[in-house]
Amino acid sequence: MRALGAAAAAILIAAAAFAGEIAPSDRRSGYDFMSRETRAMQDDDTANPGFLWVLEGGTLWSMRSGAAGKACADCHGDARVSMKGVAARHPAFDAARGRPINLEQRINVCRVERQQATAFGWESRELLALSAYVARQSRGLPIEVAGDQRTEPFIAAGRATWDRRQGQLNLACAQCHDDHWGQQLAGNAIPQAHPTGYPLYRLEWQSVGSLERRLRNCLVGIRAESYEFGAPELVDLELFLMWRARGMLMDAPAVRP
Amino acid sequence: MANALVNVPPRARRGEVIEIKTLISHPMETGYRRSQLGAAIPRDIIRRFVCTYNGTEVFRADFHPAIAANPFLSFWTVAVESGTIAFQWTGDNSFSVTESVTISVD
Repeated sequence: MRALGAAAAAILIAAAAFAGEIAPSDRRSGYDFMSRETRAMQDDDTANPGFLWVLEGGTLWSMRSGAAGKACADCHGDARVSMKGVAARHPAFDAARGRPINLEQRINVCRVERQQATAFGWESRELLALSAYVARQSRGLPIEVAGDQRTEPFIAAGRATWDRRQGQLNLACAQCHDDHWGQQLAGNAIPQAHPTGYPLYRLEWQSVGSLERRLRNCLVGIRAESYEFGAPELVDLELFLMWRARGMLMDAPAVRP
Repeated sequence: MANALVNVPPRARRGEVIEIKTLISHPMETGYRRSQLGAAIPRDIIRRFVCTYNGTEVFRADFHPAIAANPFLSFWTVAVESGTIAFQWTGDNSFSVTESVTISVD
């Protein structure tokens, strides 16, 4: 009976592998899959630990740094005005590099080229704090990454990664997040993978982490080899995911289980 | 880095029961873990939290290794008079953070 059930499940997965994209009206943020307690944590800014990073990011924003002796605020002024909607537009095409770069990379470009300081390390407390502070200014705004001539090849590359089976489990991202969202995986709900709230506080991490950290986690989960932080494949995948979630509202810094 | 977020209603009626919420950034390293090389990671936790209302202690908590990182506390007190509500977290490695807010009671 159990073997029969497993066979049936295997057929079900095989049949559903081509279910395809989620209709815009069916799209749901990861927030909707959370428990009531975790939602309450995100809804209250003084209970959301992500705001500890936002607080620190606010301090870093006006702290002079590097050989240029400049703070972010010296050029960009009040982040509440100048950074509004910025996180909702990233990854964005960078003409100098000829490819899209994500928010963390953008912060480090500014840091190296304008402040003439050393770049923050990936997932360093400073980089997470600044990106959380910048992303917080986009709260409640719709995601609007550019889907134009310049970014289209990179969105297509991200989609290819999304659809490609990989790892020892031979799973594609789409098989879980497009075809089986809302179902359970080891007791957890499978969300649709819309990156509305990054960088976010993950209870499992007991820390804020970036979207790339999350993507690398998923890759480990399917026993695939992870891309390095900042790898073009990861940024393209980020771009595709943001493009896929276009129009959805940002809720950074979010809380997720 | 020690950031604390405190949420106290800025004004209240005399005798009103008010909720106070605090959140602090802290790794809460249990002391039971080992590094990848097998060396014990020393304990680094907050040991005690004290809240005083115009100098009178209204709430105190002892923390233990099983408490998660970035501990969040929510508790209640009675708004008796206008003044200052002060918070202090102390712990291992001479960790000490103080925070205070004013409340006006009418």
